[in-house]
Amino acid sequence: MSATPELTAAKVTVKGLTMTYGTQVVMHDLDFEIFDKDIFVIMGGSGCGKSTLLRHLIGLLEPAKGSISFDGKDFTAADPAERTDTVRRFGVMYQSGALWSSLTLGENISVPLEESRKIPPKTLRDLVAYKLALVGLAGYENYYPSQISGGMKKRAGIARAMARDPDLLFLDEPGAGLDPLSSRRLDDLILRLRDSQGSTIVIVTHELASIFNISNRAIFLDSATHSQGALGNPCDLRDHSENPAVRLFLNRGTQPTSPR
Amino acid sequence: MTAAVDSSPPRAIWHQHGDSCTLELTGNWHREGPALEVTGATPNQCPDHYQMDAHACFDSTLPAFLLAHIRAVTDATPDKPPSPAFDGLPVNLRALLELALAVSEESEPQTPSDSSSEIYKLGNLTLVVWTNGKALVEFTGETMLSLGRLVTGRAIFRRKDFWLTLQECGVQALPIVSLISFLIGVILAFVGNVQLANFGANLFVADLVGIAMVREMGVMMTAIIMSGRTGAAFAAHLGSMKANEEIDALRTFGFNPFDFLVLPRLLSLLVMMPLLTIYANFAGILGGMLVGYFVGIPPVLYWTETLAAVTLTASSLGVIKSVFFGAIIAIGSCRQGMQAGNSTAAVGQATTRAVVTAITSVIVLDSAFAAIFTLLHI
Repeated sequence: MSATPELTAAKVTVKGLTMTYGTQVVMHDLDFEIFDKDIFVIMGGSGCGKSTLLRHLIGLLEPAKGSISFDGKDFTAADPAERTDTVRRFGVMYQSGALWSSLTLGENISVPLEESRKIPPKTLRDLVAYKLALVGLAGYENYYPSQISGGMKKRAGIARAMARDPDLLFLDEPGAGLDPLSSRRLDDLILRLRDSQGSTIVIVTHELASIFNISNRAIFLDSATHSQGALGNPCDLRDHSENPAVRLFLNRGTQPTSPR
Repeated sequence: MTAAVDSSPPRAIWHQHGDSCTLELTGNWHREGPALEVTGATPNQCPDHYQMDAHACFDSTLPAFLLAHIRAVTDATPDKPPSPAFDGLPVNLRALLELALAVSEESEPQTPSDSSSEIYKLGNLTLVVWTNGKALVEFTGETMLSLGRLVTGRAIFRRKDFWLTLQECGVQALPIVSLISFLIGVILAFVGNVQLANFGANLFVADLVGIAMVREMGVMMTAIIMSGRTGAAFAAHLGSMKANEEIDALRTFGFNPFDFLVLPRLLSLLVMMPLLTIYANFAGILGGMLVGYFVGIPPVLYWTETLAAVTLTASSLGVIKSVFFGAIIAIGSCRQGMQAGNSTAAVGQATTRAVVTAITSVIVLDSAFAAIFTLLHI
């Protein structure tokens, strides 16, 4: 599928991460690495803290314990300016799309592009048109988010996340609520982005078809023990994981094979 | 809807035989039917056997009743959870109960029981006051840092946003500001005229209206209108952006939400409040002039009298206050919006709070100004 992970450098390193909401522990002692050009899936049952983990990774929430590093640099302990610099290299698609509702789709993409420096108007227009075309929304520049469907919002959200050609792309449930064909198209899009742009992609999802199709590494968050259930290639985990919860999850509750 | 064949009330009858107990269920279990009648002492154990007609009518009330009993027994004996048997129940009812009991009750994330103890309430209130105060101070500090970045040219926001907000809280507020201030002028003049006419001094209506408008009423009414109009709009807009993760999206693109969202709004109000106040002052004086005309003061005389009464000091006081009011409205309502919860209901709460705190703080601040100006003999 992809290069053997052990040979490439760790892009993201998470050590002993404990996440809490108030006094309630969501997940404790998560330890994993995301390697360059991985399509890394965060999976687990509903409400187990997948999105919370994503929000920790992109710096919107502070870990209760543990650390997160990008390219070996500690992100948790960094000062605000450094953190902003790191965050600038990310592209994030939120669960609801989170498009800026007072801006058109075109502006939604051009605003992040122009954040640090002015771009000639012609170049900017071309860039916006290209990004929208990539997600199959060519010609929708002047639509407002309220004028398009939910699936289109998701795709527009991905186009915006890719606006700055990020080397780390975070997608929060990109396939949820999409019809099977759009969902499939999205998987192709994600694979192509990885292969052609060399981005590392982190996806929160529980769509099994997508997980097996595109992901080469995955972490399973176990809501029963509030800890890391398993880490590895999803196909291997499905057949050989030592954790029965993981095998159950990846086999939709049926258990055709026992671990060897 | 089909009428129930059996209209007898639902009955649950407990039979105790030594250690085992049987629950007999009769009647028509229907949500809209007669109330449930329980006979016999409810035992602290699950029934070993049920006695029920296989064709009995029931809707969800029956499984709900049975489930509640099983849960009550489970809660009473947490060390040895019961293993309920469903002998004697119709197959469909048994299936429903098994489904309901398939996943055990989640006991962990229950919200802390709202204790009615006074100390608990006091503690809670103290915490709320403390966190709110801290949040306000933090927010004001962030806004000041943001202003600093604006001065040094490092703040990033869309100029277009600024112009749009400026238009929204400036030009578009003119009609309501005109109407309210004009009417306030009219009211002041009427009330003043009635009293002053007693002394044959109704020309001094012009002094009264003029001074009252420029010192207090003009700026106060503008501030209250802007709290309700613009403050609510700010809070609702930012609140729904928060609920829709749009503010998070700004953050992860490296934008500072304070620079991007709060700054254009704060600047707009800082620019527009003094202008609107001056405009409101004129509208109020115009209202007074109209009343004056009807009670026999010629407009020219009214105008010269106003000019003589209203000093530059008096009229600048209102304008100076308006800048502070603008800041307090913008900061207060943006804070409510940005710190709103992540639901649509939270947007409504944030808007309400924004308007209430804006109006309250405007009036409190105005009293403080009144005290200061009195001490300074202005």
